[in-house]
Amino acid sequence: MNTATVSEDEGHQEHSEHGLSDFGYIKIAVILAILTAVEVATYFFDFGVVEIPSLLILMVVKFQIVVSYFMHLKFDSKVFSYLFVTGLILAVLVFAAMGTSMAFWQNPSGCDASTFC
Amino acid sequence: MADTAEAETSELAYGPTDWDDHHHLPTNTGLTNEKVTMWAFLGSDCLLFGALISTYLLCRNRVGPATKGPTAADLFDIPFTSVSSFVLLMSSLTMVLAVTSIQRAEMEQCKLWLLTTAALGSIFIAGQVYEFTGFYREGLGFTTNISSSAFFTLTGFHGVHVSLGIVMLVTMWVLVTRGNLGPERAETIEIIGLYWHFVDIVWIVIFAVVYLIP
Repeated sequence: MNTATVSEDEGHQEHSEHGLSDFGYIKIAVILAILTAVEVATYFFDFGVVEIPSLLILMVVKFQIVVSYFMHLKFDSKVFSYLFVTGLILAVLVFAAMGTSMAFWQNPSGCDASTFC
Repeated sequence: MADTAEAETSELAYGPTDWDDHHHLPTNTGLTNEKVTMWAFLGSDCLLFGALISTYLLCRNRVGPATKGPTAADLFDIPFTSVSSFVLLMSSLTMVLAVTSIQRAEMEQCKLWLLTTAALGSIFIAGQVYEFTGFYREGLGFTTNISSSAFFTLTGFHGVHVSLGIVMLVTMWVLVTRGNLGPERAETIEIIGLYWHFVDIVWIVIFAVVYLIP
């Protein structure tokens, strides 16, 4: 019985090593909320030429934080990272392929595919 | 003999199905098949949303020569959508709290966080329905033009993902309430959580790329 109790404690310690404490997750959520507020601020204020790059950077940072901490990818097996990153790379390739085809392909009638005629 | 005793003690402590990365699982990868499958599914789902987002970006300002009407971007209500985005973002926090609760065998807390997550997801879906209704009243339907078709397909697919997530969360709540899902199967909640966080990160991309970038 005592052995079982000790094992349970060890199990809890392992869980805490796997991720953050509840307070740690709340801190992460506050950071995400602040980043979202900055994102939304770009709609109300003119950020000029840095608007689009800053929005893209904020998006990537938020994405990374959720995947790393909430989805535990930072603490979990690398196998999961490989599976997920493979999907992401393929998604980017899909975007690149579509963008390339829409920009360069034209049909024989001379109608540009980008106009959907 | 000693090995047998140790195995029995281990089973008493963790139960026969409670494994994590610190234990050797009877699989080739040393990881649970369910979790590997979920990550593989999420990786493949990246492709689906990658294709839908690409399509929208290519069509966002195009109405086509034979059609007319506003584009979705003309009708966006950014303050309203920002609140919806914030709600979905916070649902990721409540989801991860549900996972940590069941890992600590705090079943009442787990049930509370599961229901809260489902409620926040429902608020997000209600907001999406409200937004779509407003667009329709402004003359933007699914077939109005190419831009609207791409927009509704993208956001609609995301909405379906969130709705399925809500169904899964409520199912988990029922299982926990009936005592059919305990701490020894905490990974089930964790896997549902992975799916929920995924719909959140997809919305992070949609919100920035579709709504905020002019």
